[in-house]
Amino acid sequence: MSGQELPIATNGDVVLVRQKVRSVAAEIGLSLVDQTKIVTAASELARNVLVHAGGGRVEVEKVSTGLRPGLRLVFSDEGPGISDIAQAMTDGFTTGGGLGLGLSGSRRLVDEFDLVSAPGEGTRIMVTKWAR
Amino acid sequence: MERVPILKLGDILIVSIQIDLDDQSVLTLQEDLAETVVSRGARGVIIDITAVEIVDSFIGRMLSTIAAMTRMLDAETVVVGMRPAVAITLVELGLSLGGVRTALNLEKGVVMLEHARSAEG
Amino acid sequence: MTVPADAARRRIVEIFTSQEEPLLRRWSQISGAPIDELRDLHQALRTALVGDADLADVRGLLGELSRSRARQGYTPSDTARVVFSLKEAVYEQVEADGQTEALRGFAWLSRLIDDLGLFTFETYSAAREKIIIDQAEQLLELSTPVVKLWEGIVAVPLVGTLDSARTQVVMEKLLQTLVDTGSEHAVIDITGVPAVDTEVAQHLLKTVVAARLMGAECVISGIRPQIAHTIVTLGIEFGDIVTKASLADALAYALTRSGVQVKGAATTRVAVRAERG
Repeated sequence: MSGQELPIATNGDVVLVRQKVRSVAAEIGLSLVDQTKIVTAASELARNVLVHAGGGRVEVEKVSTGLRPGLRLVFSDEGPGISDIAQAMTDGFTTGGGLGLGLSGSRRLVDEFDLVSAPGEGTRIMVTKWAR
Repeated sequence: MERVPILKLGDILIVSIQIDLDDQSVLTLQEDLAETVVSRGARGVIIDITAVEIVDSFIGRMLSTIAAMTRMLDAETVVVGMRPAVAITLVELGLSLGGVRTALNLEKGVVMLEHARSAEG
Repeated sequence: MTVPADAARRRIVEIFTSQEEPLLRRWSQISGAPIDELRDLHQALRTALVGDADLADVRGLLGELSRSRARQGYTPSDTARVVFSLKEAVYEQVEADGQTEALRGFAWLSRLIDDLGLFTFETYSAAREKIIIDQAEQLLELSTPVVKLWEGIVAVPLVGTLDSARTQVVMEKLLQTLVDTGSEHAVIDITGVPAVDTEVAQHLLKTVVAARLMGAECVISGIRPQIAHTIVTLGIEFGDIVTKASLADALAYALTRSGVQVKGAATTRVAVRAERG
């Protein structure tokens, strides 16, 4: 399966990521609610990349379990990384001055959520949404 | 960056968001609105999000901020036209939009503001 | 590929091509498929064998054939037999030919046909799964009506066991109806629901919160004692959500809230003074 990589360097890029995710989500036949969920999650995670790492990229990829198509997004950056992942995943915890719902909230919006990070080694977040 | 136009109808300001907002536009709108409420002496603000496909935590926070800010400036804010998919997603995200009044559509939003005003006397 | 193997391939392709008519007749006879359908397949397969062995066209035709058969209710065996019976038809021609080259070529062709047969079977079962999923969705649609009770008041009477998927579908439909009809009040009646689990209770709750975000109010009515017990035991916070014992009570409540005066709720006499604007 081939993916497409988009840069995240400006506020405008976050909008472009949302639009790209929306069009691919519609293409693979996600329901309107599921489209909205994955686009919202993409928006949160893209902003995280921008705010915490100063930029990075996302790979948008169509995946499949045979019958059920899905959409996978891989956000990666070379930022400072996360030292306490459990804490970062807690509702309301923030270091960026936001509401602290970016990570914890977007995890609730997707079917699979995988976070790899260590201090000084950047962050990689992979999320997947399957068609119902 | 695109600017969201602010319309005036009587003493109500109407903001209809028709573009895909980036974070900078969100902040600009927040500032523009506060200024306009004061300069025009508006008593109510309606933010129409019928065309908005997603509300993430940043836009959600803008809505709460605008509501709190205008209340301080003696104007009530009503958010109208939220799509079902957007509402479901906000609930899942964990955003309750505390302090924000909502109505199904523009018309009901206007009625709500009039009611709030007549209650004040 | 060695040279003799090449010769074997050439020979079998020759038979396959030159004996087209008897081959097709026999193939149709064994498989029970119409000869015209098979002619297209034969054509595509021959092109692939003579050329660069690109089987895309053959697979395309087979996919179409499997899907249409799955829809028409053919059995998997019937469908797979269309492909596998080609072997028998070709073998008869190979025997008539009598050369070793042809026999060796047949072994090669046979493997290829096996692959195509498996492909057919896979497409067939995928198509069947799709049919089942579609039907389940249609059932879901049928079982979830959203009805208008009054100007500005809609209701969903839920009957039967609620699973997570069905609850989600109903709730999305309810919220959309609120927008479409401009209704500010909704009643979710669960009198006909024998039990709920945590997930379903959560979905109901989220719907009420989502409706509120949109500017509408939901009332849940007809909660059975058993369900009330479940909700309390599971520690689900129902908070400030309005609940009523019966659909009638919920309607009376919604009417009052929308500015309609209800006199003697139990005696069906309703004096209407709708608040306009």
